[in-house]
Amino acid sequence: MSSVRLIWRKSVNAVMLTLTGVAAFGVVCILFLILGYFVYNGGRSLNWAFFTRLPTPVGESGGGMANAIIGSLKLLFLAALIGLPVGLMAGVYLAEFGGKAFAFVIRYTTDLLNGVPSIVIGIFAYSLAVAPVKHFSTLAGGLALGIMVVPITLRATEEFLRAVPGSLREGAMALGASKWRTIATVVLPAAAGGIITGMLLSLARVAGETAPLLFTALGNRFWSPGWSQPTAALPLMIYEYAISAYDDWHRQAWAAGLVLLAIVLLANLGCRMALGRRGMPRSS
Amino acid sequence: MRVAERPSAAHEKEASVRFEISDLNFYYGAKQAVFGLNLKIPKNKVTALIGPSGCGKSTFLRTLNRMNETIRNTRVVGNILLDGQSILNMDVVKLRRRVGMVFQRPNPFPKSIYDNVAYGLRINGYSGRLDDLVEHSLKRAALWEEVKDALHKSAFALSGGQQQRLCIARALAVDPEVLLLDEPCSALDPVTTAKIEELMFQLKDSCTMAIVTHNMQQAARASDFTAFMLDGKLIEHNETSKLFTTPQDPRTEAYITGRFG
Repeated sequence: MSSVRLIWRKSVNAVMLTLTGVAAFGVVCILFLILGYFVYNGGRSLNWAFFTRLPTPVGESGGGMANAIIGSLKLLFLAALIGLPVGLMAGVYLAEFGGKAFAFVIRYTTDLLNGVPSIVIGIFAYSLAVAPVKHFSTLAGGLALGIMVVPITLRATEEFLRAVPGSLREGAMALGASKWRTIATVVLPAAAGGIITGMLLSLARVAGETAPLLFTALGNRFWSPGWSQPTAALPLMIYEYAISAYDDWHRQAWAAGLVLLAIVLLANLGCRMALGRRGMPRSS
Repeated sequence: MRVAERPSAAHEKEASVRFEISDLNFYYGAKQAVFGLNLKIPKNKVTALIGPSGCGKSTFLRTLNRMNETIRNTRVVGNILLDGQSILNMDVVKLRRRVGMVFQRPNPFPKSIYDNVAYGLRINGYSGRLDDLVEHSLKRAALWEEVKDALHKSAFALSGGQQQRLCIARALAVDPEVLLLDEPCSALDPVTTAKIEELMFQLKDSCTMAIVTHNMQQAARASDFTAFMLDGKLIEHNETSKLFTTPQDPRTEAYITGRFG
């Protein structure tokens, strides 16, 4: 081996190591930059008023996002009500009953659904729940978010049910438990930790979705009682405030962004701490 | 029929037969695993099934409580009678409450010790004095003394041998007429194995047992009757002492003297 070839080889190794290392480091930096930005800009604006007061008329300062916080909670509640049971039951079917062909179809369409742009889902919910009744509503927003919750919940449920060893199912069936009894009393409880993690993570993810809410929940500067009126939500407020001309609104948008970030981080970290590495769904 | 050809063995068994298997053939898809098996399993005795790996003894054992139905594409052809009633026409859930099973590796549920034993009772709709029944089952499985103060601890806190005895207690809780044991001691140490063989001896007055074992010494120690299987066929079936001292078939003799398997 000539020394020129050797030097060349070593240089290529060094360059590639540096490039890949810098890229990996860059990824970590991005997250910390985002965090840093929001903690710095949003932290200053996060005060009691933010959480308890309604938005003030344009131009006045001192308003808050209380209605958006409640609105986001209501939307998440609806999304959970609609999306979690469907995802759970479909995941149970896939893991416990699916024949090869049908299971493949379900899995594939679920992945496709996961990849559908959220604004497209928003349009779909619009045509289903807004256009026929000619008004925007919390329900429509909840429906859009609920649809987005389904694929993540389904895959997490399937993954954790499959991880339960077959010997447990055999043990229950040998005692005279029917297939459904076995699933309900042995398999689901054994997989419960991972499934709940998947559910929480799916909710944390849709909490920050804006596009599906644009033409379903629409937004609102006041309280929105009940379920059939448009409602404010944190991501919608960020959308509205960030591109406005008012400094006060900009600060509030930072604060809202920080709150959303905090929700996502807390959900992720909390689940990881509660369950450990192996308890996290692979897809998240 | 091999069994009928041996007068002394037949005399013993006609006294009371729990399972009567005739002309049993079993298929995994296109592959046949059991060929024309005829066997009578006597009541309140321990019958051991021995034979080399892959001879079909576990497959055969699992047909007795229809556990093979949990595997796709399997087929049973033939007659299996439990106390005169065909199990193939019986409700499978009812069958499995009468015929319990203990598996090769302990498989306790991720619940407390109490809930494991009570599981079979609860799904049967027992709502009465569960505490007494749980205690009784744990005593029958020779585990009560070791766990009586820790019934609400997780089953996984127990050692392997204790877990297996817990699985036996769980199976016994519904008071089955028959207990099928599929190599129950293969994952356990000799001391625990001895404990389990001892409890089999005490159980047989109230429970018919069929045990698949790789361990010929265990078969010789713990069973009353032994059946030797090879390549899916029943080669010989006799009282344990007679089979091991005077085997009638040369293949049986070759197996028990260790020339193969």
